[in-house]
Amino acid sequence: MPSAPAPATGPAASPAARDESTLFDTKEWLAFALVAAVILVVFPLCLDAFRLNLVGKYLTYAYVALGLVLCWGFGGILSLGQGVFFGLGGYCIAMFLKLEASSAANTKIQSTPGIPDFMDWNQITALPWMWQPFHSLPFALLAVVLVPVLVAFVIGAAMFKRRVGGVYFAIITQAVAAIATILIVGQQGYTGGINGITDLRTLHGWDIRQDGAKEMLYFVNAGLLIGCILLAQFVKRSKFGRILVAMRGKEDRVRFSGYNVANFKIFVFCLAAAFAAVGGAMFTLQVGFMSPSFVGIVPSIEMVIYAAVGGRTSIFGAIWGTLLVNYAKTSLSESFPQLWLFGLGALYIGVVMLFPDGLAGLWNSHAQPTLDRLLGRRPTPAVQGPASGATQPATLPPQTAAE
Amino acid sequence: MTGSNTDFLLAVEALTVSFDGFKAVDDLSFYVDEREIRVIIGPNGAGKTTVLDLICGKTRATSGSIKFRNRELTKLRENEIVQAGVGRKFQTPSIYDDLTVFENLEISYPRGRTVFGALTFRRDAAVRERVEEIAETIFLADQLERRAEFLSHGQKQWLEIGMLLIQDPDLLMLDEPVAGMSVSERVKTAELLHRIIRDRSVIVIEHDMKFVEDIARKVTVLHQGRILAEGPMSDVKANPKVVEVYLGH
Ligand SMILES: Nc1ncnc2c1ncn2[C@@H]1O[C@H](COP(=O)(O)OP(=O)(O)OP(=O)(O)O)[C@@H](O)[C@H]1O
Ligand SMILES: [Mg+2]
Repeated sequence: MPSAPAPATGPAASPAARDESTLFDTKEWLAFALVAAVILVVFPLCLDAFRLNLVGKYLTYAYVALGLVLCWGFGGILSLGQGVFFGLGGYCIAMFLKLEASSAANTKIQSTPGIPDFMDWNQITALPWMWQPFHSLPFALLAVVLVPVLVAFVIGAAMFKRRVGGVYFAIITQAVAAIATILIVGQQGYTGGINGITDLRTLHGWDIRQDGAKEMLYFVNAGLLIGCILLAQFVKRSKFGRILVAMRGKEDRVRFSGYNVANFKIFVFCLAAAFAAVGGAMFTLQVGFMSPSFVGIVPSIEMVIYAAVGGRTSIFGAIWGTLLVNYAKTSLSESFPQLWLFGLGALYIGVVMLFPDGLAGLWNSHAQPTLDRLLGRRPTPAVQGPASGATQPATLPPQTAAE
Repeated sequence: MTGSNTDFLLAVEALTVSFDGFKAVDDLSFYVDEREIRVIIGPNGAGKTTVLDLICGKTRATSGSIKFRNRELTKLRENEIVQAGVGRKFQTPSIYDDLTVFENLEISYPRGRTVFGALTFRRDAAVRERVEEIAETIFLADQLERRAEFLSHGQKQWLEIGMLLIQDPDLLMLDEPVAGMSVSERVKTAELLHRIIRDRSVIVIEHDMKFVEDIARKVTVLHQGRILAEGPMSDVKANPKVVEVYLGH
């Protein structure tokens, strides 16, 4: 019997492979448990308050990478403008926090007390109408998700109904990211300009700058991320997920299987935007500000690299990829700040050329067979390829991340 | 674009498409009955594939009308044409390489075709049974878990036919279904076609004359986007114009 897995024949149909009624298969269960254990238990136990907050910030980017796995990895729709949705989510909650921080008492030295400081500096004398509803927390929370989804829907409907796709779509999303940055920077009086919305203090009176609050927010963030992972996994396991994969390879054929391709693309693009937006809002809450530097072309491309490094068809890989790249970024830019952008470029080229399936691919081809042998299981066939990205992460040892 | 209402399943009238002034299909009219098997033959570049492209909505007509059960198809989107009951097999096998044979067939199963429907689709007993039944028909019953890209060329052709069958279309359009097949595969495919054409209308494009004679009752010969001859195989074969442009060489 040949020991090498034979992709041409594959194993006899195992009943498990045909069972789509459960959310996870065994391998995915392990991968999920590992991610959950590391972010819910290992990080909080091993990291000091400062580092934990830093990891919490990294994890807010993981939402974006997760959305990109669905949209780009499965659906083949590359968006180079996910920073826009991250930013919109972040700005929506920042507006609420800023209004709370700008009470008449806090701002009595301003020429117009009760409005955000940057408005006062820009000679604005009344709160603009679009800021008014952000006095309400429920409204702000809804807006966090709905505003980015609406923007994604408009872009998606305009592009996908006209069958704009591939590189053209990527370029258009990039243009949107550029325009959004220019708008935010240009409309200083309404947006806080290049500095963004800063000096955020309390959420309904709860001081989010304290260590205790930050720890709490870390867990809220981790919990929401796990929720998004479960949602992404649900989409992947549904027929919708298989249609995404089908669309990636043969979009035309999917139409002739009776599906309206544009609707499927719009939905997955909106879902990715919603994920990114939740990440953006959690960023604002944990880091205490939001600025256009998370909206533009460079951060948007960086977010694509997180997904690529993790393995673009791997839900769990997206989390590890994000953590790894951000850890590298923090260490590198502490010592050689100018080198980071080059490092990032090299990383991207390296991954695309050498490891197109990223960490998840490396895990599947190297670590998984060894593990299977150790556990005395039959080797999993290499038939999986990009479609079934069922994968376990190439573990980023928690200590490394903690360094 | 107004075609007349008829009793035909498919009525193509004055259909024209021009690519930058070149008329690939030129004022073409033909009719297909319920349960009819129509074979379209003609030299390379005659416009055969383009006719199918027009019917299934892949290419938009410049003018003319295509009525399916008296419903105008030229204004519908591809997926709506599929839902109306028209299935189409492409000249080169067009299947989902990254998915298994089972998943290829399941995607084609006519249920849960909206976004919400796809998210909530359950792989229940009805789906499994139907997929297995079709897989049996297309000789792929033991290949269900195999990724489609690893199938042989002939198996890919069968899979695509299976993807159409599971849609249960009233009009099935096959573009060169035996092209590139081995002799034994051809024999099996002919047998497969005989079985599946029983309860539906079929349009087949084919170059293999032995195969055509085997299945055809009525043949349409296309040449430069127009009909050169139409009728029973024996008449068409004897037609000197057809012999000159097509059968002669
Ligand atoms: N999208 C298109 N744009 C421009 N020209 C086209 C297009 N599609 C087809 N044509 C041209 O129309 C003509 C008819 O092509 P078609 O593919 O329909 O021929 P065919 O009869 O199927 O030939 P074959 O037997 O080789 O498959 C050819 O000259 C082809 O180059
Ligand atoms: Mg052709």
